[in-house]
Amino acid sequence: MSVQNRPLSPHLQVYRPQMTSVLSIVHRLTGVALTAGSLLFVYWLVAAATGAEAYETARDLIGSWFGRLLLFGWTVALFYHLCNGIRHLFWDAGLGYELSTAQRSGLVVLAGTVVLTLVAWIAGYAAMGAL
Amino acid sequence: MVEFNLPKNSRVTGGKTHAAPAGAKNLRNFKVYRWNPDDGQNPSVDTYQVDLDTCGPMVLDALTKIKNEVDPTLTFRRSCREGVCGSCALNIDGTNTLACTKFISEVSGDVKVYPLPHMPVVKDLVPDLTQAYAQYTSIEPWLKATTPAPERERLQTPEERAKLDGLWECILCFSCTTSCPSYWWNSDRYLGPAVLLQAYRWIADSRDEATGERLDDLEDPFRLYRCHTIMNCTKTCPKSLNPAKAIGEIKKLMVARTV
Repeated sequence: MSVQNRPLSPHLQVYRPQMTSVLSIVHRLTGVALTAGSLLFVYWLVAAATGAEAYETARDLIGSWFGRLLLFGWTVALFYHLCNGIRHLFWDAGLGYELSTAQRSGLVVLAGTVVLTLVAWIAGYAAMGAL
Repeated sequence: MVEFNLPKNSRVTGGKTHAAPAGAKNLRNFKVYRWNPDDGQNPSVDTYQVDLDTCGPMVLDALTKIKNEVDPTLTFRRSCREGVCGSCALNIDGTNTLACTKFISEVSGDVKVYPLPHMPVVKDLVPDLTQAYAQYTSIEPWLKATTPAPERERLQTPEERAKLDGLWECILCFSCTTSCPSYWWNSDRYLGPAVLLQAYRWIADSRDEATGERLDDLEDPFRLYRCHTIMNCTKTCPKSLNPAKAIGEIKKLMVARTV
C-alpha cells in the first residue's frame, strides 16, 4: 500500500461557498485593497506637499473617470472592512455566534456598506456642488 | 500554506459510469470520488445510477447499495448508521456531513460524494485522520485534578453541568475541521475546530483543575489564533454544535486572564 503517494482530497474545488466564508474572504480582500489604495492616498498627500503643479496633476489623475472608479472601489472596501470589523469586535466579545445571528449580521454589513458608500459619494458630489 | 490547486497526483481525471439495471424508473446519479492506491492512477469520479425506488432514504443507503449490488470495490467507513459514531463523515453536495443522516432528497440533481476535504486519501472515500487524532491527543482530553479524589464522584451543580451542553455531544467526525479553510492551509500547526471545541470542553468543566495550563498550551499564533471566525465549522456540523462559539470563548478567556 502506498502511503507516500496518497492524493490530497479536493477542497476549494468541491466545497460549496457559504455566506459566512464568502464574507470572510471578502474581509481579507478588502483589507488588501485598502492597503494598496492607501498608496494612492499617500501619493495625493505627497503631491499636495510638493507644490501646486504636482497637486494639479494628482487632482486631474484622481478626478478622471478611472481615478474616480478606483476611489469608488476604495470607499466600498473601506466601508465593508469597517462594518465587518465591527462585526468581528462583537465576535471577540463572545456575541453573535449563532448561525441565524451570523447570517443576519452579515446582511447588515452588506447593507451598511451600500448605504455608507452612497452617503459618502452623495456628500462628496454635493460638496463639489455637482448635485 | 495556501495552495489553491491540488497537487499533480491528486487531480481528478475521468471516471467510469455504471448504468442502473434496465426497467429502473426513479434514477439518481451518484458521482463518487475514487482512488485506488494500487493502480498508480490519479483519482477519478465514477458515476453510479441508483434506482431510488429500491434504495433507503439516506446517502449512506445508496453507498451501501452500490457496494452490495454494483461495485464491491467502493471503499468507505461506516458503522452506527444513526449519527452517533462519526465514521461516515463525507463531503456530500458540497458540504461536510454524515452520510447516514443526510437524506438523498435534500440534494437536488446529481449527488456528489467526496472524502473529507484537504486530507490525504487512504482509498476512495477514506481519509487518513492520523494527524487530526494526534492533535486531539495533544490537548489531553481527560479530567485533570490535583486535589485528592473525594469518596464519591466529583460533584457539579446543574449550572456547572449545563456549561458542557453543546460540547460533550461532539462525535469527532471532523466534518467541521475539514470544512475550515484555515485548517486547509495550516493543518500542520492549527488545531482546527473539532479539537478546539474539545479543548474548550475540558476548560469549561468545573471539575477540571488544569485550566491555566490548558490555556497556556493554546496561547499560540497558530494552535488557536488561526481561527478567523469563518464559521464554515458551525455551518456544517452534522450535530448542530457551535465550534466557532467554543473557540470564541477560549479567545475571551485568553484576554480575560491578562487584564
